[in-house]
Amino acid sequence: MVNFETVVFYLFAAILLGSALRVITARNPVHAALYLVLAFFTASAIWLLLRAEFLAVTLVLVYVGAVMVLFLFVVMMLDVNLERLRQGFWQYLPLGLAVGALMAAEMAAVLYTRWSGLAARPRALAPDYSNTKELGRLIYTDYAYAFELAAVILLVAIVAAIALTLRRRKDSRSQDPSQQVKARRADRVRLVSMPADKDG
Amino acid sequence: MSDNSLLPALPEILLLAGACALMITDLFVRDERRGTSCALALGVLLACAAGTTFVLWGTGGRLVYSFNGLYVADVMSHVLKLGAYVAVAAALVYSRQYLLDRGLLRGEFLTLLLFALLGMMVMMSANSFLSLYLGLELLSLCLYAMVALNRDSAQSVEAAMKYFVLGALASGLLLYGMSMIYGATGSLTITEVSKQIGTLSRDSTQHTFLVFGLVFLVAGLAFKLGVVPFHMWIPDVYQGAPTAVTLVIGSAPKLAAFAMAIRLLVNGLLDLAGDWQQMLAIAAVLSMAIGNLAAIAQSNLKRMLAYSTIAHMGFMLLGLLSGVVGGNWLNAADAYAAAMFYVVVYVAMSAGAFGMLLLLSSKGFECEQLEDLKGLNRRSPWTACIMMVLMFSLAGVPPTAGFYAKLAVLSATVNAGQVWLAVVAVVFSLIGAFYYLRIVKLMYFDEPKHLAPVAGDAGFRFLLSANGMALLVFGILPQPLMTICFIAIKSL
Repeated sequence: MVNFETVVFYLFAAILLGSALRVITARNPVHAALYLVLAFFTASAIWLLLRAEFLAVTLVLVYVGAVMVLFLFVVMMLDVNLERLRQGFWQYLPLGLAVGALMAAEMAAVLYTRWSGLAARPRALAPDYSNTKELGRLIYTDYAYAFELAAVILLVAIVAAIALTLRRRKDSRSQDPSQQVKARRADRVRLVSMPADKDG
Repeated sequence: MSDNSLLPALPEILLLAGACALMITDLFVRDERRGTSCALALGVLLACAAGTTFVLWGTGGRLVYSFNGLYVADVMSHVLKLGAYVAVAAALVYSRQYLLDRGLLRGEFLTLLLFALLGMMVMMSANSFLSLYLGLELLSLCLYAMVALNRDSAQSVEAAMKYFVLGALASGLLLYGMSMIYGATGSLTITEVSKQIGTLSRDSTQHTFLVFGLVFLVAGLAFKLGVVPFHMWIPDVYQGAPTAVTLVIGSAPKLAAFAMAIRLLVNGLLDLAGDWQQMLAIAAVLSMAIGNLAAIAQSNLKRMLAYSTIAHMGFMLLGLLSGVVGGNWLNAADAYAAAMFYVVVYVAMSAGAFGMLLLLSSKGFECEQLEDLKGLNRRSPWTACIMMVLMFSLAGVPPTAGFYAKLAVLSATVNAGQVWLAVVAVVFSLIGAFYYLRIVKLMYFDEPKHLAPVAGDAGFRFLLSANGMALLVFGILPQPLMTICFIAIKSL
């Protein structure tokens, strides 16, 4: 049975796949980044269909609002020549597409005859049901361990990023506040007593 | 201890606190006193070992779940954790001088090493796809950064990039597989998944999805173990990384990968053993063939040891795939215990072999070509003797532990009725013996290029000697370790 929700789902899924494909095939890096924004946006729409409003809003806020804007800035400022980075991409694309299509066809062949049996749909929920509240409860109780681990992974990401990129240049000049604070007047100002000019 | 007590996770908590404390303390340590941080890291490892022993003693080896079923403490996790502490401590002792000479012994290295260990421990104690995956990412993220730590070497950075991209792809495959299994069983908890599968009939829709997910799960697992056809990253990463980091990658994470295989395939999907055993059989045969044949052609020692890893992991899979025969798992504990014994012994051999390369390297000189070992016997007979024991053990020559490990796995394979697999394994081991024995020949019968004595401080030389001797002792008296492995597998 095809209902409205299913139609919308397939529409969004098609847009998602199409924009994801354009992310890797667009020649202009700014276009690729914008297609990625579209992909995130459609993914969040699909989450809305699953009644996960909080996650959908977070996806848009965090990825589209923060990460992608930063990403666009970097792409625009760095002037990277993606065409040079992608040398060989178009040459290997037919082979890659053929292998990918073959794999997709095989996966479809395994699952095709069975998929119709799994028509599970999200349950209808009570009007006062709060997705956000439920998520918060789960994260801080049942999944506290996973939550802590995710925090550790973020910490490691910070350590690794600093370890890999921070370079202390020998010729760089910097201020040392503690030295500045310690400075006394006597270190900087020398009082010289000079004989007054007689003829003034 | 109740199921919601946090006490079973005491070692993880100690390690996390210790690693954070080390990270802060190290900021106040001057470069020339970096040995202090090293000692502090060893202290943290000691505390973790005490914690694990305490939990083992407190639970009496019982199965204890914690954190709402996301965490499990059983004898296997305790034993593997203790093994990982020893391997990481050995890596610290072996690599200290090497890293100091190259200006790499910074606080970040130690911090990342400890966090990598935390990732391994999380994997060993995972009872949910979620915690398993998070532990794996924690481990991998640390390893990627450690490979690239020597930023001025183009080779290291390239190796790190390859490792990162392929690792991300493998994580994707693994997650896709997990999502399929979640879809079919409705649970992420491994024990719950296993229970659900037991209730499914073989021709239900869910079962098709399970097998479909299993393919991706095994692919992701094969990548982490580094077996053919997902082995491409191993040679480049082993060769490109600084030798000290290669030692880290080649030792303790193998224990974690083994634990991951046991948790996913045995704890979770034992009912699908008929399906995954076939996949593992193909991976095992190809790994032994490609690993051993390609290793012969290498002139770079690190690359040669990388191909040897592939071959050894293939051999270890033989133990994992001989557990269930025609739906009956009477031999399962024996087979899995043999695989566990194999992987523990392999970690000792790998740590020793890379430790030897670190010992023979010096400031401005990397010992990584085959010819660097020429005439080692004339330079230092004892070092050459230890290296010979290591090579004999890797080749599987009696009376070393490598021989007994191979024997145990082979007898499990034969017991499972897979005689042809055992024959293939023996043939490729014989072919593989060539390149290990070639090293022995180079050390004893060739003229040295120079006669500089072998450096290395007393602690390093003592530990390396102990490492070599341990392989002899476990070869002659394998029973205690084998019994421990058996008890560990029985506790699952």
